Amino acid sequence: MKELVLIFISTVLINNFVLTYFLGICPFLGVSGRLSSAIGMGFSVIFVMTFASSIVWLIYHLILVKLNLVFLEYIVFILVIASLVQIVEMFVRKYSPSLYQALGIYLPLITTNCAILGCALFMVARNYNFLEAVVYGFSAGLGFTVVLLVMAGIREDLNYCEVPKVFRGAPITLITAGLLALCFMGFSGLIRA
Amino acid sequence: MIGRIFKEGLWTNHPIFRQLLGMCPTLAVTTTVLNGISMGLAVIFVLFFSSLVVSLLRKVVPHQVRIAVYTIIIATFVTIVDIFLKANFPQISKALGPYVPLIIVNCIILGRCEAFASKNRLSLALLDALVMGGGFFWGLVTLASVREILGQGTILGYKILPPSFNPLIVMVLPPGAFLVLGTLVAIMNRLERIK
Repeated sequence: MKELVLIFISTVLINNFVLTYFLGICPFLGVSGRLSSAIGMGFSVIFVMTFASSIVWLIYHLILVKLNLVFLEYIVFILVIASLVQIVEMFVRKYSPSLYQALGIYLPLITTNCAILGCALFMVARNYNFLEAVVYGFSAGLGFTVVLLVMAGIREDLNYCEVPKVFRGAPITLITAGLLALCFMGFSGLIRA
Repeated sequence: MIGRIFKEGLWTNHPIFRQLLGMCPTLAVTTTVLNGISMGLAVIFVLFFSSLVVSLLRKVVPHQVRIAVYTIIIATFVTIVDIFLKANFPQISKALGPYVPLIIVNCIILGRCEAFASKNRLSLALLDALVMGGGFFWGLVTLASVREILGQGTILGYKILPPSFNPLIVMVLPPGAFLVLGTLVAIMNRLERIK
């Protein structure tokens, strides 16, 4: 239990996927303009990441390792993630049209979100057991969502600021992300190594 | 056509500074120039051979499944790079870590396959891959040089700043990546404006 809590805290706050591993920067920069779209994206990522992490764990340990096919891991992972996103999309569309409306265009975009593949790779590299893998996938998605929401809040306020012309758009967003990363470094003392 | 490919890939449509593609390796591995160079070369290799295969198969691959096919092609070449680095340059492989397999989801490669290689003949596709890869390469090296000089006072491991220089540790830490890239993009905007 203690390990699971440690994984949860360190993945959400300390080793945040966006701010320390730079995973999922594309949606982070692209979708953080408005709070409502950030919420949709965030929840889709939590959803897919938890599933992807568990299914990749099963496939890696029960199929690839047993059959000595580990060299195929990247190809298999990316295929699993792409098909998983498709299945989740179809499932949500059929059984929860309101959720589908809310998540809408964000689901297919997730396939190209490097955070999902990164999550699968880290999870395998760290030799987690199944339960840890599920918790890891969920907390990685949650960490992504937390940062995305904070960033969206800041950027909505940024619209009312007078930013120098050359810094408008991408540059000020990147610098804001840098300052946010500095703030999150403050969490690193939370767990004693 | 050829002139346009060069101009777009290296400057007006630069993958990092203009299109903001491939951010994940750009920000993550540019702590030292050596890492930046290795990542740049790895991306050029994958981009070149993926464009080659995609361009050759452009009349064979059905439209509906093209993205999946491109992804598998890219993943194959990334696996080759990863195994090659592990076998011959274990230190670089260790330094780049998971960011080598993450080349698969680097949007520059899929983007070029989809937007260019799948629509153009082989020679143009290969040229475009090399030029875009070159654009990505110089972007990585610039960002990495700024971070290594300011963060450690060295370049490629050689001391170039006097010992009295106090390194700005933050530059090699994650926040520095965002700050330097943001500033570089702003400088690019400024240069564009002068023109």
